[in-house]
Amino acid sequence: MAELGRAALVVCLGLSAYALLAGGWAIAAHRRRLAVSAQNALVAAFGAALVAGIVLVVALVRHDFSLVYVQRLTSRELPLGYTLSAFWGGQEGSLLLWLLVLTGYSTAAVYTSRRRHADLLPWIVPPLALVATFFAFLLVAIASPFETQVAPANGVGLNPSLQNPYMVAHPPLLYLGYVGLTVPWAFAMGALLSRRTDEAWIIATRRWTLVAWTALGIGQLLGAKWAYEEIGWGGYYAWDPVENAALMPWLAATAFLHSVMIQEKRGMLKVWNVLLVILAFGLSLFGTFLTRSGILDSIHSFTESSIGPWFLGFIALVVALSLGLVFLRLPLLRSRTRLESLVSREATFLYNNLLLVALCLTILWGVIWPLLSEAVRGEASVVAGPYYNFFLRVFGLPLLLLMGIAPLVAWRRASLRSLRGSLAWPAGIAAVVAVVLLLLGAGSSPAGLLAYTFSAFVAGSIGYEFVRGTRARRAVDGGGWFAAFSSLVGRNRRRYGGYIVHAAVVLLAIGIAGSAYDSVRSQQLSRGERMTVGGYTLTYRGSTQREVANARELRAQVAVERDGKSLGIVEPGKNFYPVEQQVSSEPAIRHDAMSLGDLFVILENANGDGSIELKALVNPLVNLIWLAGLVFLGGSLIALWPDPAEQRRMLERYALAPA
Amino acid sequence: MTYVLAALLAVAAVLFVARPFLREPGARSDRLSEPDELDRRRLALLEERDRALDALRELEFDHRTGKLSDDDYRALVGPLRRRAAQATRALEPRGEGRERARAAG
Repeated sequence: MAELGRAALVVCLGLSAYALLAGGWAIAAHRRRLAVSAQNALVAAFGAALVAGIVLVVALVRHDFSLVYVQRLTSRELPLGYTLSAFWGGQEGSLLLWLLVLTGYSTAAVYTSRRRHADLLPWIVPPLALVATFFAFLLVAIASPFETQVAPANGVGLNPSLQNPYMVAHPPLLYLGYVGLTVPWAFAMGALLSRRTDEAWIIATRRWTLVAWTALGIGQLLGAKWAYEEIGWGGYYAWDPVENAALMPWLAATAFLHSVMIQEKRGMLKVWNVLLVILAFGLSLFGTFLTRSGILDSIHSFTESSIGPWFLGFIALVVALSLGLVFLRLPLLRSRTRLESLVSREATFLYNNLLLVALCLTILWGVIWPLLSEAVRGEASVVAGPYYNFFLRVFGLPLLLLMGIAPLVAWRRASLRSLRGSLAWPAGIAAVVAVVLLLLGAGSSPAGLLAYTFSAFVAGSIGYEFVRGTRARRAVDGGGWFAAFSSLVGRNRRRYGGYIVHAAVVLLAIGIAGSAYDSVRSQQLSRGERMTVGGYTLTYRGSTQREVANARELRAQVAVERDGKSLGIVEPGKNFYPVEQQVSSEPAIRHDAMSLGDLFVILENANGDGSIELKALVNPLVNLIWLAGLVFLGGSLIALWPDPAEQRRMLERYALAPA
Repeated sequence: MTYVLAALLAVAAVLFVARPFLREPGARSDRLSEPDELDRRRLALLEERDRALDALRELEFDHRTGKLSDDDYRALVGPLRRRAAQATRALEPRGEGRERARAAG
């Protein structure tokens, strides 16, 4: 079977290279059949990548340890779900997933564009094929998942920390996001190559960007949930470079999703939008490079890594080609319209963009600096949490405030008098919340208090927008409130879906700000002894051990009480994985529906004398972060939902170009 | 068996890629269709018209919801209407545009 996998990858490489070269020749020589043939090659490359993917899945399920990849990442004892997730558990498999998702997206882009953007389609094939060729080349020549050996009796097994349901879903979603950003980039490059700097590429890519952005956002939240439940330190985001790698393209794509509206409505920011698309795609490549090149372990492991230098070279090539093309087309990208007022919706979007990009670049600097310092001085500097937290406050808090102001400001210009009228309600709500929180003692963390106040302001602003919009709709259409509300959302799904996403960001901000009020305590406990933390009393009752399929589980029984009332037993513990020869921490988490927080209990150590070392945290409001994920998904789906009237209008507009 | 499957995959891929040439071996026109200058001008006008109409809708809504004062509304609505009308007129066939202009007085 390994030969079939290898052959499929070689075929995929051949098809991608053909799509690149034939597609390039077709647009240069204006050859129609050759252009369609190049499109077909890209679609066929998906078929070949799919065959390679199926071969790897079959090898994983059959425990075919003659494949080095399968042997290195799985064992006979590993449950089926985690065996399948080993597909993306290692470098070669995750590169195959990249290729599979990329060619899948390319196929979808080819078929959806044949009707709506037929004249642009030949121009987007070479950029897509360039990326597919690179990944297929890596898989064929540098990092093949189909390398074989004499099969040993058993495999090494999967890293225990990856044996978690969230880790099954987190990487594919991240890849759907990373790779999805290739499509907007390809459309932008196609538009520049063809000198089509009208709005066609923007219209064609906004849904693709939204899909990629949503997947990247949900993927990151699942990663945070995994870190929270599996890593067992009581937090969910540690500003780790791997986490930052996914956050940076998401921030760039967020900026693009906002600024693209200015281009659509005002015909402005054409250069900025293309640059944002290049930044988002470049960062998604950089993110893959960071996680897959070994550079994070050390600069030396990067130079020894098989794919690292190739990756860096490819990123440099993509960025140079993209920026070169933008430079060449600058005269076509000049905007004829100007910002009419600094107090307008488009101006607030511009401020939002500047803050998002500043935050993104600050994080990028934090990620790059240790690598640069190690390369130059031979010693890695550490950029730790305080650096990121500082800039998150500096840029994040004004961003939060802007999120509340922007919806209340009219397009083009707004007089200060009408703005004052619009701001009155949300500002009043925010002021009341701030006073109540101060009275409750939330002033112990000024940043936390500010975050809550701004969150209340944004929530008030969103609510006010829905109420005013529904009232206006009702005045025009008549009928009941619900009909008016449905009509309001249905007529502008992007805007109101966007507002729901803003509500998700508010929940996220409240959840994150809650960490400013965490309580933590560590203590050694013998059987029957107790400790208190954040109003909870924890009593150690004893420990048990049990064998499961692929691990030995140690669990401490800890009784939980609050205000003298028993809340049951929690069981923090550790798992010992004999095949992998590793230990994982398994914290016990008790959710509190009233405070939306968690009691988080970690078994730090089990001593020989029967005592344990217990660490307990009370994380207030942390569950709002996970709730934010659901709201975010709901808002994104509303924004993504097709609007037939607009689709007809776009079809009419762009159907003028013959297929 | 594996080699047969691999060969089948390669042959199927080649056939699919060659399909446009196999279906139209002697195509009358093999030139890639691209919008000419007239198409581009028309597209620019369509975008201009839609942008102005969209802005008018947005303006009405902002005014109705109180985000825009009466003064700002009055100052902005005129130029936008003119822009929408100009783009619409420019999109109409020449004779029809003149007829309409004459009828409008």
